Amino acid sequence: MVKYDIPSSSERSEDKDTEWSVVKPAAFTYHRAYDVNDTIAQLAELGPDAKILAGGQSLVAMMNFRLARPSALVDITRIGGLDFLAKDAGGLRIGALTRHRTVETTKVDGFEVLSKAARWIGHYPIRCRGTFGGSIAHGDSTAEWCLLTVLLEAWIVLQGPRGRREVPATEFFHGFFMTAAEPDEMIVEVRFPRPAPHAALTEFSQRQGDFAVVAASARLDLAENEILTSRIVLGGVGPQPAVVDVDLAGQPANEETWRAAGEAAAAQVDPPSDGHGSGAYRKKLTATLVARALAEAAA
Amino acid sequence: MTAWVGARVPRKEDRRMLLGRGRFVADMARANTLHASFVRSPYASATIRSIDVSAARQVEGVLEVLTGKDLGDPFLQAVLERDEFTPTKMPMLATDRVRFASEPVAVVIAEDAYAAEDGAEAVEVEWETGPVVPDIAAALEAATEVHSGTGNCLVDLVMFDDPALPGIFANAPLTIEATFRSARVSALPMEGRATLAEWDDRDGQVVVHTSTQVPHQTRSGIAQALGIPERSVRVIAPDVGGGFGQKCVVSREEVVLAAAAMRLRRPVIWVEDRQENLTASVHGHEQEYEVTAAFDADGRILGLSADIRCDIGAYSVYPFTCAVEPLMAATELPGIYKVPAYRARGRGFATNKAPTAPYRGVSRPQIVLVMERLMEKAAARLGVDAVDIRRRNMILPGEFPYTGVNNITYDEGSYLESLDLTEKKITEAGWYAERDRLREQGLFAGIGFSCFSERTAYGTPTMSQRRMRMTPGYDTAHVRMDPSGEVIVTTGTSGHGQGHETTFAQIVADQLGIHPDQVRLRQGDTDLTSYGWGTFGSRSIVIGGGAARKAAGTVAGRLRKVAAHLLEVGEDDVELTQGEAGVRGVPDVSLPISELARIVHFQTHQLPEECRYGLEARESADPPGTFSNACHAVLVSVDPGTGEIRARKFMVVEDCGVIINPLVVDGQVRGGVAQGIAAALYERITFDQEGQPTSTTLMDYLVPTAGEICPIEIHHLETPSQFSENGSKGMGEGGTIGAPAAVLNAINDALAHRGIEFDHIPVLPEDVLS
Ligand SMILES: Cc1cc2nc3c(=O)[nH]c(=O)nc-3n(C[C@H](O)[C@H](O)[C@H](O)COP(=O)(O)OP(=O)(O)OC[C@H]3O[C@@H](n4cnc5c(N)ncnc54)[C@H](O)[C@@H]3O)c2cc1C
Repeated sequence: MVKYDIPSSSERSEDKDTEWSVVKPAAFTYHRAYDVNDTIAQLAELGPDAKILAGGQSLVAMMNFRLARPSALVDITRIGGLDFLAKDAGGLRIGALTRHRTVETTKVDGFEVLSKAARWIGHYPIRCRGTFGGSIAHGDSTAEWCLLTVLLEAWIVLQGPRGRREVPATEFFHGFFMTAAEPDEMIVEVRFPRPAPHAALTEFSQRQGDFAVVAASARLDLAENEILTSRIVLGGVGPQPAVVDVDLAGQPANEETWRAAGEAAAAQVDPPSDGHGSGAYRKKLTATLVARALAEAAA
Repeated sequence: MTAWVGARVPRKEDRRMLLGRGRFVADMARANTLHASFVRSPYASATIRSIDVSAARQVEGVLEVLTGKDLGDPFLQAVLERDEFTPTKMPMLATDRVRFASEPVAVVIAEDAYAAEDGAEAVEVEWETGPVVPDIAAALEAATEVHSGTGNCLVDLVMFDDPALPGIFANAPLTIEATFRSARVSALPMEGRATLAEWDDRDGQVVVHTSTQVPHQTRSGIAQALGIPERSVRVIAPDVGGGFGQKCVVSREEVVLAAAAMRLRRPVIWVEDRQENLTASVHGHEQEYEVTAAFDADGRILGLSADIRCDIGAYSVYPFTCAVEPLMAATELPGIYKVPAYRARGRGFATNKAPTAPYRGVSRPQIVLVMERLMEKAAARLGVDAVDIRRRNMILPGEFPYTGVNNITYDEGSYLESLDLTEKKITEAGWYAERDRLREQGLFAGIGFSCFSERTAYGTPTMSQRRMRMTPGYDTAHVRMDPSGEVIVTTGTSGHGQGHETTFAQIVADQLGIHPDQVRLRQGDTDLTSYGWGTFGSRSIVIGGGAARKAAGTVAGRLRKVAAHLLEVGEDDVELTQGEAGVRGVPDVSLPISELARIVHFQTHQLPEECRYGLEARESADPPGTFSNACHAVLVSVDPGTGEIRARKFMVVEDCGVIINPLVVDGQVRGGVAQGIAAALYERITFDQEGQPTSTTLMDYLVPTAGEICPIEIHHLETPSQFSENGSKGMGEGGTIGAPAAVLNAINDALAHRGIEFDHIPVLPEDVLS
C-alpha cells in the first residue's frame, strides 16, 4: 500500500494570496543617494518638501500618521563611509549613519557614556536601524544623543549647497523638532572635542525602551574628591535639551552635593504637563535623576 | 478513561503560528480585493450638517464612497427586557449626529489601501460641534444628553436592598466608607479588528471573514442590521489574534463591509490600524464604587452597600448591551465572602466616548479590588492580620454549596486551601525576607494578596436572569467519525488563541479511545457549525467542551455496540482505548476502532439496524455556571525617588477543577496576570475635556512589555465541578480578575509607613510622589 506523508497543516498553506500591508503614508517619491554630494544635489532639485530618509525610525512613523508629508524621500542609507566612530586629536567623530547599536557596542576610552547611554534608546530593532545623525536631525528634546551632544559640547557638521559648516550643539536645537539645519543640508558627522571620563546619563520612563519622561545627564571634572567643573543637561523639561545653571566647582564629590544639585536643578525648570506626567512630577523626577546622574558620573 | 485529559499536550496551533503560517484576515486578500477606509468624526459630539463625497470620488483609485443614508440607515439595537433599561440605537454609519471622536460616518472603497486612505481624507463633512459629556460626573449632571430623552443613565438597577443595613451601619463596631475607581482600558488584542467580506454568487451569500470571537452573533447582527435572512450571511472566523472581549460584540465596520461587498460584488477588506483600535473600537472597566461596609470587632463583615457607576460610553453594544458591567458588578460584588446584608445599585452612564464592551473579567477585577481593599482596610483599623481577616470572612470548606445574599449558589471551591497554600509558598520562597532586603536598599516594598472566585460558563439558566433579548449560554457540538476512524468535531464556541484545537481533541480522544491527532476541531464557521455563542466569559471548555464530550460519548456508545456485535460480547464489556475496541478482562480479543469505522460506513448492511449509517452525534450543553477560584500574591517595590512601581514576584494558586491541559491553563493564567498588572500599573485610555482621545498610540497607551512583567509562579488545586461534563471550570479571566487587587494591596503595604493609601487603578509613579 502506498503511504503518503500528510503535510502538516502548516506546510500546506503555501497558497497565501497577495501580500500587502497596512501602511498608509500620503503619496511621495523615493530616491536613493550614493554619496553626500549626490544627496545635496537631489535635495536641491526636489525642493524644500523633500526629506532625507535615514533609519526611518522616526520619520516613517510620522509619515504613517500623516503627520509628516514629504513630497520625496532621499534615502541616504546606501552612502558608504558615514558609519564610523573615530578617535581624533583627543576627541571623537561619529558618522551620521552610525547606528545606535554600533555606538552601544563600541567602547571608546573617555567616551564610555555614549555606549552606556545607547542602552536607553528604544528597543534592539530600533537601535539596529536608527542612526546617530537621524536622531540629531530629528531633535527630540529627550533623545539621548541630543542631550549628550549638548552636554559634551559637540559640534554638528553639516554639508549643503553652500558648503560645509559646523554648528555647536548648544546652538543647534531650536525646540520641538526644529534645528539649525536647513532643509537642503545634511548632517554628515558629529565631533566631540574632548573626552569625558566622568559623565553619565540616566532617565525615567514607565516602560523599558520608551522615550524618557525626564532624562538627566551630567559631566564632571574631578581632582581627588573635589569638583573642578560641572555640567548638567536635562531632557523632557522643555522643548529642547536644557542646560542647568548649577556650578558645583569647589564642592566635594559626595551624596549631599548631588542631592542639593538635584534640588537646585529642579528649582530652575518649569516642565510641561502631558499624559506621561505633570510638570510638578517632572520637577521631582529632575531632582532625583540629576542626583543619580551626578553620582554615577563621579563613580 | 482519561489518557489525554490532564496531559501536557503541546498546542496543535503553535506550529503554524510560530512558522508565520497562521491564516488571519489580512492574509486572505484576493487579487481583486478592494480596500475600505472609514471616515471618522474628529469631534466627540457634533451634528452632521452635510457630507460631501464628490472630491473623494475623484481620487484616483476610489470606486465608491458610502454614507449611512446610501446604505438605508442600518442600525443595531441591543435590548435588555427590563424597565430599568433604556434601549438606544447604534447606527452603523452615523448620519445626523456623532457621539464620540472616531465614530464612523462614511466608508471609502478603493483599489488599494493608499487610495482608500486618500479618499477618506477627501470626504468633506460639515460639522456643528455640540457640548460634550466627558465623564460620569457630567453625565449625572445631565446638562447635556448623549441620547436625547435618556438623562444619560441608560441602566439603573437596584439589585438588592436589605432594609436592615442602615441599622447595621449605625451600630457596627467599624464602618468603612470608601470610593474606588478604575480607569478605562483597552483589551488590546495583538491583531486589531479586521474583516474581508465577499459576495458568493453560487451560494447567494455574503461571506464575511472576520476577526471575531462570536461568529453566529455576528451573523445575526449583520442579518438584523441589513434586514436579510441569516441564511444569506456566512461568517467565518479564520485565525484570530486575540480578542479579550473586544471581539465578542458586533462591530459596525463588520456590518458596513458586508453591505459594501453585497453592493459592489467584489471582495472588500478592512484591517484597522492601531490608532483605530485604540480610539474607534470598544473599551472597558471605567467604573467607580462608593461603598459602605460594616465589620464586627473580630473583622467579620456585617453589611455592605455599594453605589456602582459605570461609564459605558456612547452606545450600547450588540448584543450584550451596556448593562453588562453594572449588572455583573451589582450581582457578584460579595464574591467569596459571606456578607449577611447587602445593597447594590448599578448604573451605566452614557458619555461621549467609545462604547464599552465586556473586557476580560467584566467588572470582576473591580469588585474583587473593592472587597480585597475592604478586607485590608478593616484589618488595619481593627489590628487584625490582613491575611487572617480573609479566613474569617470567606466561604469555608464544608459550607459548599453556599447560597449568598446575592442569591448566587457557589459550587465547591478551595478558597481557604488556595490562600493557605499561597501563604506557605511565598513564605518558603523567602518573599518576606526579600521585602526586608528591598527596604534596606532604600526602596519601599510590599506584599499584597487577593482571593477571589470567578463564575464561569454561564448557561441560559444564569444568563437568562439578565433578561437580554438575545440570551447566550448553551452550545452545541457535533462529532463525526469518518471511515478511517478519524474524527471531526464542530463547536459553536470560537477559539482565538486559547488552544481549543488541542484541548477539545484531548477531551474527544479520551471518549473514543483514539489519539488527539486523529481529532480535528471545526469552529468559527456559521455554515459548518450549529448555532452557538462563541468564546467569551470563560465558557468554552465547560460548555463547548462539555457538549463535545457528550457527543463523543454518544458516538463511543455506537462504537461499543458495533464492537459488541462483531466480537459477540456484551456492550458493557467493550472498552475503547489506544485505538482498539477491547473486551474487559479478555486481553487478546480486540478490533481496531478504524476497522469498526470502516465496517459501519462500507459494509453497513452487515450490522444490525441500530448500528448502521455512519457514526455521528450532536449534543448540547447548557450548565448553570461554575465557580473557579484562585489566590494571587505579589511582591512590589516602589522607588521613592521616581515613584516607579515594579511587580517583582507573582504567585498564583488556582483551582479550575479538572485541568484539561496544564500548558494551556498556565498560558491563560500568565496572560491574564499580565493584563491585570497592566491595569494596575500602566494602562489607561485618556480623553481631554473635549472628549478627544489622548492615548491614541502605543507610545501613550502603555501596554507593558516582557520587560515589565515579572516571572509568575503557578500552582494548581483541583476541585471538580458537578455542573460540568468534564469536571472543569472556566478559567480564562481569573488572571486579569485577581491581579489588580493584589498589586494595589502590595503598593499600599509598601506605602503604609508613609500614611498613603490608594483605592484606584492604575497607580502611576506620579501618584506615589504627590
Ligand atoms: C518605539 C520607538 C522608541 C524610540 N525610543 C527612542 C529613545 O528612547 N530615544 C531616542 O533618542 N530615540 C528613540 N527612538 C527614535 C530613534 O532613535 C530614531 O532612530 C531616531 O530618532 C531617528 O533616526 P533615524 O535614523 O531613524 O532617522 P529617520 O527616521 O530616517 O529621520 C528622522 C528625521 O531626521 C532627518 N534626517 C535623518 N538623517 C539625516 C541626516 N544625516 N541629515 C539631515 N537630516 C537627517 C529625516 O529627514 C527626518 O526628518 C525611538 C523610536 C521608536 C520607533
